[in-house]
Amino acid sequence: MREQEYLKNVVTLKLDQKKCTGCRRCVEVCPHNVFDIKNKKAKIVDKNACMECGACEKNCPAKAIEVKAGVGCAAAMVTGFLRGTAPTCDCSGDSGSCCS
Amino acid sequence: MENIKRVSTELTFQDKFQSTLVRWGVGRMVHKIDPGIYAVNNPTKDSPVFVSANYKLSFDALRKELKGIDAFIMVIDTKGINVWCAAGKGTFGTDEIVNRIEKTKLKEIVSHRKIILPQLGAPGTSAHELQKKSGFQVVYGPVRASDIPAFLKVGMKVTPQMREVTFNLSDRIHLIPMELVAAAKYVLVVIFAFYMISILTGKTDAGVRAAINVLLAYFAGAVLGPIMLPRLPGKSFSMKGFFVGLIVVGASCSFNWIGRGPAEIFSWMLMMPAISSMILMNFTGASTYASPSGVQKEMRIAVPLQLAAIGFGLFLWLIERLFGV
Repeated sequence: MREQEYLKNVVTLKLDQKKCTGCRRCVEVCPHNVFDIKNKKAKIVDKNACMECGACEKNCPAKAIEVKAGVGCAAAMVTGFLRGTAPTCDCSGDSGSCCS
Repeated sequence: MENIKRVSTELTFQDKFQSTLVRWGVGRMVHKIDPGIYAVNNPTKDSPVFVSANYKLSFDALRKELKGIDAFIMVIDTKGINVWCAAGKGTFGTDEIVNRIEKTKLKEIVSHRKIILPQLGAPGTSAHELQKKSGFQVVYGPVRASDIPAFLKVGMKVTPQMREVTFNLSDRIHLIPMELVAAAKYVLVVIFAFYMISILTGKTDAGVRAAINVLLAYFAGAVLGPIMLPRLPGKSFSMKGFFVGLIVVGASCSFNWIGRGPAEIFSWMLMMPAISSMILMNFTGASTYASPSGVQKEMRIAVPLQLAAIGFGLFLWLIERLFGV
């Protein structure tokens, strides 16, 4: 189905169906079709495809979604580790492969 | 409408040339677009409003798809960064859009209360908060600007295909220049160091072999890796990078560049896959599907192995240089 597949069972995505109002926003914003609406409630149908971009959490008016969002970039993590900060791809400079 | 800047849907030769430079990391910040409202064709008060980043490639990708469509483009200030990266950092975000709506007096320019955001702006934008703060309803458009005509035709509906981010061969090839540029300075320093040590220990040819082998590993990680990505074994990028490194080890062996003595040969067999593994691991950032949790997990395993392979390889290589094993 998917051409690319990343590591399985690692993502931090959580959905609380009790809070879900079925507004469809998560379905609309997810770049990997992780969600679907079943019986007027959102459902995670492809969890391993999640890249933790955080779009669903940010756009859920019912606060039913939780995910530890961030940049999936090795260089960003090294930079963050060396500076003792959160991972950052430092896109403000003239370089940074994550911002091509 | 008089004082609104108009913008063409045709990209000029200069636009394309600048875009190519930007792809190579040249003048990314010079070619920023001024934030504000732009008119495309002959928009009226009822025309749709598309929001874009002030990154040249984002803006150009949008306007060239609006041929024959009357519309407004509201460019927001993302510090010259593309939509998706800016959304990840929050610069393509709710507050900037709300402020830009105020500053540009969008409410006087259009009579409707709807703005179309690129879907990839969603990680930084909260649609419901934006509506609360600005009065504008958010419609998330397709991921790719090329789907905009189809999206408008069916009354602003997005199909699952339009929502899905791809990472096909062409996407990956477009990213290769930045991969080459990002690693170039490290590669040059490393080659210089190997070469100097070789000269100082009296054997220039070992330095030439070092330069060739490092360049091969660099090519494997930054060019071959992205091209072959789905075909390489493993799920993690570091593993794929290791395997693509083995390919160039094979190439180096068959051309007899890998080394003279067993220590030198073995040193490059260790270091080349480690280098390409490191470089391709970096490609997680450019990829459109690697999750931070996944990257963290693979790094915890891969980085110690990469460092050990390079450390031990370097040790062997120096042994050969100093004692001629």
